[in-house]
Amino acid sequence: MRDLYDSQRAMRHMRRAAMQRGVVAILDVGSSKIACLVLRFDGPERFRESDSVGSMAGQSSFRVIGAATTRSRGVRFGEVDAMQETERAIRTAVQAAQKMANVRVDHVIACLSGARPRSYGLDGAVNVEGTVVTDSDIGRVLAACEVPDFGVDREVLHAQPVNFALDHRSGLSDPRGQIGNELTTDLHLLTVDATILQNLLFCIKRCDLELAGLASSAYVSGISSLVEDEQELGSACIDMGGGSTGISVFIRKHMIYADSVRMGGDHVTSDISMGLQVPMATAERIKTFYGGVVATGMDDREMIEIGGDTGDWHHDRRTVSRAELIGIMRPRVEEILEEVRMRLDAAGFEYLPSQQIVLTGGASQIPGLDAMASKILGQQVRLGRPLRVQGLPQAATGPAFSGAVGLCLFAAHPQDEWWDFDVPTERHPARSFKRAVKWFKDNW
Amino acid sequence: MRSLISGLRRRKPDVTAEAVAIRRDPAPTKWNYRYQRLMLTPAFRASVRIGLPAFLLVFIAGAWFSNEANRAALNDKVSELREAVQNRPEFMVTDLAVTGADVALAAAIQSRLDVEFPISSFDLELPELRNTITELTAVQDAIVRVKPGGTLEIVVTERQPVAVWRHTDGLRLIDAEGVMTGMIPSRADRPDLPLIAGDGAKDGIAEALMLFAAASPVRERIRGLVRMGERRWDLVLDNGQRIMLPTEAPITALERVIALDQAQEMLSRDVAIVDMRNGDRPTLRLNPMAAAILRPTGAGGER
Repeated sequence: MRDLYDSQRAMRHMRRAAMQRGVVAILDVGSSKIACLVLRFDGPERFRESDSVGSMAGQSSFRVIGAATTRSRGVRFGEVDAMQETERAIRTAVQAAQKMANVRVDHVIACLSGARPRSYGLDGAVNVEGTVVTDSDIGRVLAACEVPDFGVDREVLHAQPVNFALDHRSGLSDPRGQIGNELTTDLHLLTVDATILQNLLFCIKRCDLELAGLASSAYVSGISSLVEDEQELGSACIDMGGGSTGISVFIRKHMIYADSVRMGGDHVTSDISMGLQVPMATAERIKTFYGGVVATGMDDREMIEIGGDTGDWHHDRRTVSRAELIGIMRPRVEEILEEVRMRLDAAGFEYLPSQQIVLTGGASQIPGLDAMASKILGQQVRLGRPLRVQGLPQAATGPAFSGAVGLCLFAAHPQDEWWDFDVPTERHPARSFKRAVKWFKDNW
Repeated sequence: MRSLISGLRRRKPDVTAEAVAIRRDPAPTKWNYRYQRLMLTPAFRASVRIGLPAFLLVFIAGAWFSNEANRAALNDKVSELREAVQNRPEFMVTDLAVTGADVALAAAIQSRLDVEFPISSFDLELPELRNTITELTAVQDAIVRVKPGGTLEIVVTERQPVAVWRHTDGLRLIDAEGVMTGMIPSRADRPDLPLIAGDGAKDGIAEALMLFAAASPVRERIRGLVRMGERRWDLVLDNGQRIMLPTEAPITALERVIALDQAQEMLSRDVAIVDMRNGDRPTLRLNPMAAAILRPTGAGGER
């Protein structure tokens, strides 16, 4: 636990160094695409008189000066599958973004969508030293949380205090300076598979980049696509990516649960590929042009040329009706949403005061998905797009980029995590020395 | 059949093009990636864009200049160019014009100048020329300039002689400042100027001129002023009469003598010396003849 604390703190220092330099890269390593954004930080935000906005959650302090996307290679289910290929893909994206920004980036903040995230809710209690709660008390109470045995091959990705309680008062967001005796906290811990994480870090390191932060893609896409009251009242963000579908549940502006389903848009594509006997590229093209999940009578008459390159005339001139295509896509999308429903039920999502569900990610662009999702997930379903940030190219404003945009917000204003507080160092040596002195005094 | 198939294939370029595009690997090689990153480093880029050309320039120039022959050639080239510009006809000075000087002085100036025409105006050292000219005693001041059209003009202000100074080696002309302006062979050459003589007469020229002015009523009879003992003046008249003036206030003393002369025609009498050196006791010295005439009268009466 100690070395995790140190490594995360080192990452935070790296982030601060990147802020001082003013340039940091955002790397969203997904299964279908790798996106790299280059952010420039110009110090504290400035507003004109006519701007009737506040600080805009810190998103006006940076500007996207470079953006590049490349087809992901060697990544499956949001996990690194072929290291060399992934490294080359990351290099492609980073180089193109650097070229657009015309600046060299050394620090990168990355997110990953797979690696089997697992959520834990922890709590800890400690007696307040003195009368008012100080920073060191918060550090102590976070250190006092009972950490479950999540296994040696898992790494902590997020450890966010979501709630503080002082004596009988609960629901404090910031107890510092308040008077009380017993301070308790609830901590949300997110762990991921350590070897998968190591693989990704190794790929980034091979590209001569320094890691300045690491986040779960479900979390960051929640930040970018949920509006403020949804985050406050309780909502779930379903980030439907290529190889995996991330789920994050927010309440009172904290993530309380995250999970991922190892299915996504690529599975729909492979279903089409298998069902229509076409290559993956053609299947992807057919999916994006003609795909859908709700069939109407019109769709029976709309014929799609699926083509081929074999030289066999009958094979190359095949057509399929759109209804057939929908018939292939719908079961898989349903399966994904059913799986999401199961995960949400397991997390106790129905007990939240508001049960807004926001669908985002590249695969959420299937026409008619919101209508189908409302049948499976509940009535309050909407399609989410990421927040608008300064300088983002129009091509990168779609729902497929909610993870990348959320990562920008995360880079600008990371939420306080466990390692942001100074955990008191083990005082055992000093205490034992004191005990020895006492023993001497008592005996001589 | 073959052509039919290929024609059919050509009808769907989008799918095949896409497939080809996907097969292409856009990833940069590791070294290309590193090179791009290096070129995006601001310090490195600045050094490549500015530092390297500057270094090359300095290096090549240094290598070229380290060769002795190259430096000599460059110097030759530069001086040749300079000559070519200086010797252009616009800058050439072809003749000399001396104004404000008489013929003898102009000849003296021309002989002293030692300038061979035509000459470039860049090679003329006008302050030095002016010094050379003003070193001549007859020249009080000179303006030396190059006039447009290639003429070296020298405007001379000559010294005006105000007196003739009889010195051991002859007769000299001096101006009001006591500076010698020239020599004359005989007194008759400049009868209009008064004559002074004696050691140190030159230094008292201002006083001498005032004395001459005061003595204007007897101008016809004046022979000259003689400086005595480098402190006082004797006014010498014709037939050897001498008025000995005091060191202090000689003009007042002279005016007294003139007044006496005008009242009693003292100087037309047979007086040898009027001694005014002691103002309280002016003394007359008679010629021996007059003294002899006077003496028996007095002595005879007693006898």
